[in-house]
Amino acid sequence: MSQTIFDLSRPERCNSQHIPESPDEPLGLPERFLRAAPPPLPRVSELQVVRHYTRLSQLNFSVDTHFYPLGSCTMKYNPRVCHQLVSLPGFANRHPLAPVESGQGVLRCLYELQEMLGEIAGMRAVSLVPMAGAHGEFAGVAMIRAYHRARGDEARREMLVPDAAHGTNPATAAMCGLSVREIPTTAQGDVDIEALRAAVGPQTAGLMLTNPSTLGVFERRVGEIAAIVHAAGGLLYYDGANLNAVVGRVRPGDMGFDAVHFNVHKTFATPHGGGGPGAGPVAVSERLAPYLPVPVVEKSLDDKGREWFSWRTEATLPESIGRLASFAGNIGILLRAHVYLRMLGVDGVQRVSGFATLNANYLMARLIAAGFTVAYPQRRATHEFILSLEPERKRLGISALDVSKRLLEFGIHAPTMYFPSLIPECLLIEPTETETRETLDHFVDALIAIRQEAETDPQRLITAPHTVPVPGGGLGRLDATLAARKPDLIWKE
Amino acid sequence: MLATIGIPDMEQLFEEIPLDLRAPALDLPLSLGEMAIGRLMRERAEGDTNGLCFIGAGAYEHHIPAAVWEIAARGEFMTAYTPYQAEASQGTLRLLYEFQTMMAGLTGMDAGNASMYDGATGLAEAVLMAARATGNPGGKILLPESVHPHYRAVVRTMTRDLDIEVVEIPFDPVEGRMSLKALNRFHGQKVAALVIPQPNFFGMLEEVDTLTDWARHEGALVVGVVNPLTLGLLKPPGQWGGSGADIACGDGQPLGIPLSSGGPYFGFLCCKQGLIRQMPGRIVGKTTDPAGRTGFILTLQAREQHIRRAKATSNICTNQGLMTVAASIHLSLLGPDGLVQTARVCHIRTRALVEKLTAIPGVTRVFHGPFFHEAVLRLPKPIAPALARLARLGIQGGYRLGESYPELDQTILVCATETKTEADLDRYADTLAWVLNVKEG
Repeated sequence: MSQTIFDLSRPERCNSQHIPESPDEPLGLPERFLRAAPPPLPRVSELQVVRHYTRLSQLNFSVDTHFYPLGSCTMKYNPRVCHQLVSLPGFANRHPLAPVESGQGVLRCLYELQEMLGEIAGMRAVSLVPMAGAHGEFAGVAMIRAYHRARGDEARREMLVPDAAHGTNPATAAMCGLSVREIPTTAQGDVDIEALRAAVGPQTAGLMLTNPSTLGVFERRVGEIAAIVHAAGGLLYYDGANLNAVVGRVRPGDMGFDAVHFNVHKTFATPHGGGGPGAGPVAVSERLAPYLPVPVVEKSLDDKGREWFSWRTEATLPESIGRLASFAGNIGILLRAHVYLRMLGVDGVQRVSGFATLNANYLMARLIAAGFTVAYPQRRATHEFILSLEPERKRLGISALDVSKRLLEFGIHAPTMYFPSLIPECLLIEPTETETRETLDHFVDALIAIRQEAETDPQRLITAPHTVPVPGGGLGRLDATLAARKPDLIWKE
Repeated sequence: MLATIGIPDMEQLFEEIPLDLRAPALDLPLSLGEMAIGRLMRERAEGDTNGLCFIGAGAYEHHIPAAVWEIAARGEFMTAYTPYQAEASQGTLRLLYEFQTMMAGLTGMDAGNASMYDGATGLAEAVLMAARATGNPGGKILLPESVHPHYRAVVRTMTRDLDIEVVEIPFDPVEGRMSLKALNRFHGQKVAALVIPQPNFFGMLEEVDTLTDWARHEGALVVGVVNPLTLGLLKPPGQWGGSGADIACGDGQPLGIPLSSGGPYFGFLCCKQGLIRQMPGRIVGKTTDPAGRTGFILTLQAREQHIRRAKATSNICTNQGLMTVAASIHLSLLGPDGLVQTARVCHIRTRALVEKLTAIPGVTRVFHGPFFHEAVLRLPKPIAPALARLARLGIQGGYRLGESYPELDQTILVCATETKTEADLDRYADTLAWVLNVKEG
């Protein structure tokens, strides 16, 4: 049941069809460069490989098989057509350093994506290079630093981050050599404007903000926040993790931000891949445009007036923060986002945020009606909202973790747990726009059933899961402490 | 649903967004159906002619067995989230445990993480890790110019705002690799780490044993940047010199990942036991459930951003997960024999290519010494027009080194993998001979 591919290995086995024919010549490389023994890889047949990994896949929850109401992660449907078209040989087989003459098709797609993202962000310029959200954050904060440095404003060494922010925000600021100051949140879920006013000063490099925030509400005073930070000489960074809630309806540029990253694996429906790859393109205002990471795609007209696409590098963007990737980023992922956006079109973009918000508010209304407690009942939910199980913990002795693990047994992936940490025993719930009403109702029914169970059979709940509904599943709660105390990170004979 | 919420229309859902912030009508294209977008993308893909590719320089065309992406693209792998809910993610988790084992085995290290974005960011993170491990203020990071120029550029970007001094070491103009002479300039200074590429960007084999011993003698850590495919044959970093390297990293693209204009690929990062808690990124470990059954779980998370925030070892969150699925399947299908033989054929083909091309008058090898599956050649004609002409004839002839090394302006870096037949090599040689013979204009 917990067999690895190595357990299936036998010394006499090999897959001759995957061994290229070798010319009968000596290798001729000096011994000192060579390894003494062949690499320790499994020796298994192709059928064994296919069966082993197919079975492993079946031990996963996935969007294709389960409802995934994971807050702040936007686990929406990933259209098949995006994957199929990006796998076309002309795209899949192109070498990154091949001349642009032979890549006008892919470059045109990337250019269009830059243009569409710039429009959606309300920003001046875009670089597609960053390969994940956190990588985009790095690009953004490094650009903010480059901007201050270019102005001789070296003393700006502090980044302001709301206490409810994603962990990547403070971690990114630290990687860019900045210290972090947290800004508290008010009881209504807004940034504490007075605390912000008191925190800004000549040391302020900027503010990193997610809007809608990680608390599942829209930051209503964002205009005022931008004015305060700008007046103090800082810049504003928009963490695009929650863009799905407002895409097409309000733009980071119009809200006063100077830089934004997109999580295309959230908002633009590229698959999460069990942890990646994603892509985190960045869009910036006029004043940060000179610092964009390279390469970026540029359009020009050739002598016959035809559109021509090429790369801009450090040579023509001398103030760029430089390179952030071996080549030009996760192009295969960016092309998927391009297909998705072209299919959505101008009207579809608003439909995304509309139905994402509708689904979240419907779920929230039903849960309130069923007697559950949400964190900000007086506020309109965005594409996600926070359920607090603190009353249930007090009354019944159950935790958000128990409920999460029990939900798995209903065939529902657990919501994001214990984040943001401001709300005790919380679940951050994001249904996305691609789920049906029936699925949402099933989720509500499951939560009601679990709460009932907490009264009738609490033991069942606090020891969940017993049987996770995947073939060959059925592990109980795994011991994280043991794993960390005595790390067993690789298979040994 | 609106009635359940208690609002009359969808617009009410956005009532909290101030009116003055509402977006104008966006200037985006009209929606396309699946058939229309299919036609558009096919037209563009078909226009991108790839030809016979002899470019390497950090991305390599290899045969990818059919089963690799048939399985990796299954929805259960492709549309799963990060395996934070372990009980609902045992497939991804067990696979990552296998992946870590394979990469640690290839590199001769004690452990590996669950991937970085690519080879360049993997190296940058390895450098940050070495700097952390050697204390603050740390010593110099010695970064040879024989490392991929884009990797060095990423290291510069990612260390610029930190107190880390990165010093580039010139390569020997005759041997095309790092020399002890260049290193000895730093003897007795505080050196945090020496980066050693193998094979290096020019395809040359560095004297990894001598270099590792030098670094150890200076009290510095050794970071190996390696191509995992070549580790079928080459000595793993864990066995370099008397002590072995401390950290090994590189790009996993040669292990079943399509070229795809540069990504998504994946970076790998492995290390010796003592450095495990300094590693960035996700790590999977084995554990048990209350009944004693074995399971797998993300572990040592106290290093990571979602727990440690500003004190994390890195800001990385999303990594290149699905690429590690493909690589694990790829390596399982090849097995040790397949990997060894693929590496061997790559070397022999490149050797044959170099022989055929240098038989053309005026074409010469630039560096002296053993190379693996890439080589630097000097051409008797200006490089850019020659490569453009080759491309028009269906051959991607190589990487113009002058783009990154002005002193190598007259040279190209060529590569032949197992995907090239003897006839392909002849076609390149014949075409190049013709191109070099054609009068300009």
